[in-house]
Amino acid sequence: MRNAILKCIEKNSRVDIKELAVMLGTDEVTIANEMAAMEKEKVICGYHTLIDWDKAGVEIVNALIEVRVTPQRNQGFDHIAERIYNYPEVDAVYLISGAYDLLVTLEGKSLREVSQFVSDKLSPLDSVLSTATHFILKKYKDHGTIMVPKKSSERMLVTP
Amino acid sequence: MRNPLSEKVVEVKPSGIRKFFDLVNEMTDAISLGVGEPDFDTPWRIREEGIFSLERGRTFYTSNAGLKELKVEIAKYIEKKMHVPYDYNHEIMVTVGGSEAIDMAFRAMLDPGDEVLIPQPSYVSYVPCAYMADGVPVPVELKVENEFKLTVKALEKVYTPKAKILVMPFPNNPTGSIMTREDLEPIAKFVQEHDLFVLSDEIYSELSYKGEHVSIASFPGMKERTIMINGFSKGFAMTGWRLGYACAPRVILEQMLKLHQFAIMCAPTNSQYAAVEGLRNCQDEVEEMRQSYNQRRRFLMHEFERMNLKCFEPYGAFYVFPSIREFGLTSEEFATQLLEEEKVAVVPGTAFGDCGEGFLRISYAYSLEDLKEAIGRLERFIQKLRVREQ
Repeated sequence: MRNAILKCIEKNSRVDIKELAVMLGTDEVTIANEMAAMEKEKVICGYHTLIDWDKAGVEIVNALIEVRVTPQRNQGFDHIAERIYNYPEVDAVYLISGAYDLLVTLEGKSLREVSQFVSDKLSPLDSVLSTATHFILKKYKDHGTIMVPKKSSERMLVTP
Repeated sequence: MRNPLSEKVVEVKPSGIRKFFDLVNEMTDAISLGVGEPDFDTPWRIREEGIFSLERGRTFYTSNAGLKELKVEIAKYIEKKMHVPYDYNHEIMVTVGGSEAIDMAFRAMLDPGDEVLIPQPSYVSYVPCAYMADGVPVPVELKVENEFKLTVKALEKVYTPKAKILVMPFPNNPTGSIMTREDLEPIAKFVQEHDLFVLSDEIYSELSYKGEHVSIASFPGMKERTIMINGFSKGFAMTGWRLGYACAPRVILEQMLKLHQFAIMCAPTNSQYAAVEGLRNCQDEVEEMRQSYNQRRRFLMHEFERMNLKCFEPYGAFYVFPSIREFGLTSEEFATQLLEEEKVAVVPGTAFGDCGEGFLRISYAYSLEDLKEAIGRLERFIQKLRVREQ
């Protein structure tokens, strides 16, 4: 049941509990209990909204920053990751296999704000060896949602 | 000038609801619950493989029976899903949709006067195809009391020794009814006792919501008597690719293949390459679509219950078949008024045989948002009718 609930709310967290119960063939209480339990266990970590800021007319700059760091004794990458993820403008921090160590995604008001963050905050950190910043030019698809408008259906109205 | 037409063809009645369909298609602002095909796009992997096959210049005929790779994958798939082993080389042919396979099977098996037992309500092509193949279509009435399942009792009512083929259209369009193992057992026995053959149209086999779909060919002694028809249209959301297949005993398949060779040559090559990818790598997508249909099905059943609209709970395909007998209108009158007053298109049950009178086919191959809007309008319409009655 848990996975079925998660599958449904992953794409639409605003679905009505009553409706969810009907669609999954169970009752509201079960759904509500499961969801409360999953929230408590942090299986469900939040209910966010996917926004196209471009359409909202708000200027926002997103960047991906590849960061190479020296891991620290006893703490591996966790300590340096924490130093980075605590900044509110940092959207995500991932430990990555391959040519660099941390992938940091960042949201800023302008190119300048983002580059300032990199040069003033990120690069000076002791264990940071190097950074490479990539600015996002266009989001075609985000969180599994295609951002470009979809063409309307071409199905006929009735077929046997 | 002499009459250019064949009397036999002119005799074939155009679908009784042609008028209604024309009416709907003129109303471009109507919302529809009348479509018999998935709302999902074909999974991207499959589409991409189709594009790639064109880029590679795979634009030639394939062998008449279809690409070897595809037949091998079909054999594996059928063995896994239906637990019936077929020899890809002699017992499987790829066709232009399941519809072609139905036509070819009747033509390969029927002599003038042979009767074809056709459970109804069911898909519109069995009767004319049987007739065009010189067979005599014999409707077998399915009843709502039995959840539109086929029973031996219904068969006995119309059986004569002239009967040769029994059509098994389950999961069923338009009722959504399915046949479980227990339901099929006595039918298989009846078929063997009366030396019949079965044309089992399992095009909706992927869309079964109560346990695993069971094929009548999987019963002992039945593979030899069954032409199993399936395809990619419904489960894989590939209607426009026109790709189906038949699995049958070699003696029958050889004759079907001969007809197919002269009439069709082969199924579209790029559809065949795309379908190979579908069978190899798209079970997750198929399962996801199935779950989505199932959720909508439950939603509709719940809404009907709330509206107090009578409907047995169907466990297959993507249709529900509510009863509208309480309103004292024919199916066609109800559907026409619903279209005119609320601009919602549904299909009258009579499109699928006379015994569909008193019912509507409602398709849930629509997004939940569309369903909600359409059901809201249907509810308003029903309330108006109930007030008028008082």
